[in-house]
Amino acid sequence: MTSVGFDVEAVRKDFPILSREIHGVPLIYLDSANSAQKPQVVIDSEADLYANHYANVARAVHTLGSEVTHAYEGARDKVAAFLNAPSRDEVIFTRNITEALNLLAYSLSNASTFPGAQRFRLGPGDEIVVTEMEHHSNIVPWQQLAQRTGATFRWIPIDDEGRLVESAIDEVITERTKVVSFVYQSNALGTINPVRRIAERARAVGALSIVDAAQAAPHLPLDVQDIGADFVAFTGHKLYGPSGVGVLWGRYELLADLPPFLGGGEMIETVAMSGSTFTAPPHRFEAGTPMIAQAVALGTAVDYVTALGMDEIREHEKALTAYALDGLQAIDGLRIIGPSTSLDRGATISFTLPGIHPHDVAQLLDEQGIAVRAGHHCARPVCLRYGIPATTRASFGVYTTSDEIDALVSGVKHVQEIFA
Amino acid sequence: MSADSLYQQIILDHYKNPHHRGLPDDFDAEVHHVNPTCGDEVTVRVKLTGGAIVDLGWDGEGCSISQASTSVMSELVVGKAVDDAMALQDKFLSLMQSRGNATLSEADEDELDDAVAFEGVSKYPARIKCALLGWMAMKSAVAEAGWGAGTNSAGETA
Ligand SMILES: Cc1ncc(COP(=O)(O)O)c(C=O)c1O
Repeated sequence: MTSVGFDVEAVRKDFPILSREIHGVPLIYLDSANSAQKPQVVIDSEADLYANHYANVARAVHTLGSEVTHAYEGARDKVAAFLNAPSRDEVIFTRNITEALNLLAYSLSNASTFPGAQRFRLGPGDEIVVTEMEHHSNIVPWQQLAQRTGATFRWIPIDDEGRLVESAIDEVITERTKVVSFVYQSNALGTINPVRRIAERARAVGALSIVDAAQAAPHLPLDVQDIGADFVAFTGHKLYGPSGVGVLWGRYELLADLPPFLGGGEMIETVAMSGSTFTAPPHRFEAGTPMIAQAVALGTAVDYVTALGMDEIREHEKALTAYALDGLQAIDGLRIIGPSTSLDRGATISFTLPGIHPHDVAQLLDEQGIAVRAGHHCARPVCLRYGIPATTRASFGVYTTSDEIDALVSGVKHVQEIFA
Repeated sequence: MSADSLYQQIILDHYKNPHHRGLPDDFDAEVHHVNPTCGDEVTVRVKLTGGAIVDLGWDGEGCSISQASTSVMSELVVGKAVDDAMALQDKFLSLMQSRGNATLSEADEDELDDAVAFEGVSKYPARIKCALLGWMAMKSAVAEAGWGAGTNSAGETA
């Protein structure tokens, strides 16, 4: 069932929450796409920083200040290596991916008045392109940017199987396009998009390309040089790291000319009452005291998944996904929303059941100890596209077993019996 | 199905066989309420005569909690004096806000009748709005029909 060399039982021992019971039965956590559980090393890492090394970063000359700065900047090195980034100075810590995407959108609108940032200016006649399967956090900031600048907001549509309409990529991304922001793996459909192809098209028309890798980072080897986009962002809590920290990676030559988003401490070069100048990336984009302990623990999470091996994780989850697709599709009436085979899709499966609302499915599964998500998954346009109010979504992670998928399948059948 | 399941048989029965479902042609007010978390929707029409809810019909779609609760509500309030229906609405609201710690007197239980089955919902903050959807719509519809705004309990304009 799972790939050789991946010992899921050993992995499970790393996650203390997996020994919890829910309603008197062992927890089956199938909501990792929403937020992943934390291994003990990540929990310890945050606690150890507070217990033994805590002070503010970058400003203190004392020993603790040096230790904590070392730990924080060390996390940046780890993330840079994880992404295969050419330079550590291309890694910016943010609060989450939502903030990373907003940082870009606001920096681009700040370009309209920022000296030397002409190349980033947007205005009427320019176009911003996303896809129909984006998370709200990769839709709303771009709609707002379009509104602030007068640019036009456009999108690449999806087909019945939950894939981007291939021919639309070249039709929608044109010489008028200035920004293309798209999801690597869809959180609502599980689809893995042809990111290299889209980044290449964006480059060909001279547009900036931005990849939402929130759902890719925990499941696939991420290599920013191989993807070929200008910016790649992800969020720490889905990568087995703590909540409160995310990452924006960007090409240095772009970051070097991009105006700051937030102003404040640590992002300046000089400040006088007559005006201020700004420091170089990445610190230009990290105003104020950052999420110190969370960034350090994210570094530990990166070490953790790297030690498991991103290729091994991908194989483990691919096997589980194929197994789950088979089991779920054998259920009477169950409809998969998204690709129905494991080709180019990740370990996130959305489905509907005739006559039973997803919230009822999720609640009844919870009574059996199974945690899944129900709703529009912050990707409401996807639900509108398929004419459904919501879906039930099961998503897998490093700790998911085939037994848990069996429990899901029989749990769903039980729900059907209750409503029969 | 365990005894402490949210999905009491009464709830499932009302979901499968809803009461007063369908929109009557003769009505004083119609309201449409939506619960954005589940995407539940309900339309309620009421007819008031002589200070009483003489007819109420509804249509809707959504989760079983919202649809069953609307069915139970309609069963309870049709034929009641508006004042009594409002008092009952209040009681149901308190039950939903009880976080699973409600202490209902026997009289309360009698009055709430099938609505008691929703007690367990109060432990799930995400679902309370589902259970309240129809009740809130009924209250708005009654208000829209002119109740409480310049009317007295005899249903006459003051
Ligand atoms: C594809 C995708 N993008 C963005 C986000 C937003 O993540 P966060 O809430 O951590 O900013 C999510 C999380 O649900 C996601 O799945």
